[in-house]
Amino acid sequence: MGLNRNVSLMTALRYKGQGPFLTYILHRIGGLGMAIFITVHMLSSFTGNILGWKIGFLANQVYENWLFQLFIFFCVLFHAINGLRITLLDLFPKLILYHRQAITIEWAAFIALYGFSAFTIIRTALGG
Amino acid sequence: MTTKSRNLSIAKRGLMSFETIMWVFTRLSALGMYALIIFGLIGALVMGARNNMTFAEVMRWGFMPNVTHVENTALPDTTPWAGTLWKLTASALLLIAVGHGVHGLVVIADDYIATAKGRQIVRICSGVMILSMIGIGAYLIWVS
Repeated sequence: MGLNRNVSLMTALRYKGQGPFLTYILHRIGGLGMAIFITVHMLSSFTGNILGWKIGFLANQVYENWLFQLFIFFCVLFHAINGLRITLLDLFPKLILYHRQAITIEWAAFIALYGFSAFTIIRTALGG
Repeated sequence: MTTKSRNLSIAKRGLMSFETIMWVFTRLSALGMYALIIFGLIGALVMGARNNMTFAEVMRWGFMPNVTHVENTALPDTTPWAGTLWKLTASALLLIAVGHGVHGLVVIADDYIATAKGRQIVRICSGVMILSMIGIGAYLIWVS
């Protein structure tokens, strides 16, 4: 057992895996982003609302920022839509032959949903 | 070198190892979360979200149907949003999400932590994280 990785982050980002690799790496980034956000959110709600610590309220203010909301919506929507594609292809393996077409559909759905979400978040941030 | 085809049905792949079971769990828990989120969104619309909540507020409720997530909305009465049904829905979402998320973190960590001891530490940390997240989350849902 054991891996000896000599691949830097920059090398990994230049990897020519094209569309499937991009969804793979964005799925991980989205999952990590959500995991960190949800953990911090739960801890800040617990320490702020239950224990009354100021640090909890401070952490909660961070994700009320519209830039953070743009980031977390990207994480949530991409992870959810890409996860649905992965689940469907894995549960119906005959569809794997069409995985590139599935990725195209996934991007179309993501751009539509995220575009609407980003528009709403930015409009709200600008006071619209 | 022989390679195995990925075009096998789940029944033919078998469910023999913990990793395989968790592989299936990850897929099915994702479907479970979609179902619970849609259930929360439909419930929100039934309880008056259409006229008294913004898009962001509805999404926030959908991702975790906890009454504290609608306290700052224009809803005239949040009593129905604090019912047992929604606490149970939120608890189910919490349990599934923590299992799905922590297992995902372990999978990612395993790609970068190669030693047996390192992976053992990751598994201990994941166990602690699961228990603490479920404990804190359940407390926030049922007590706050």
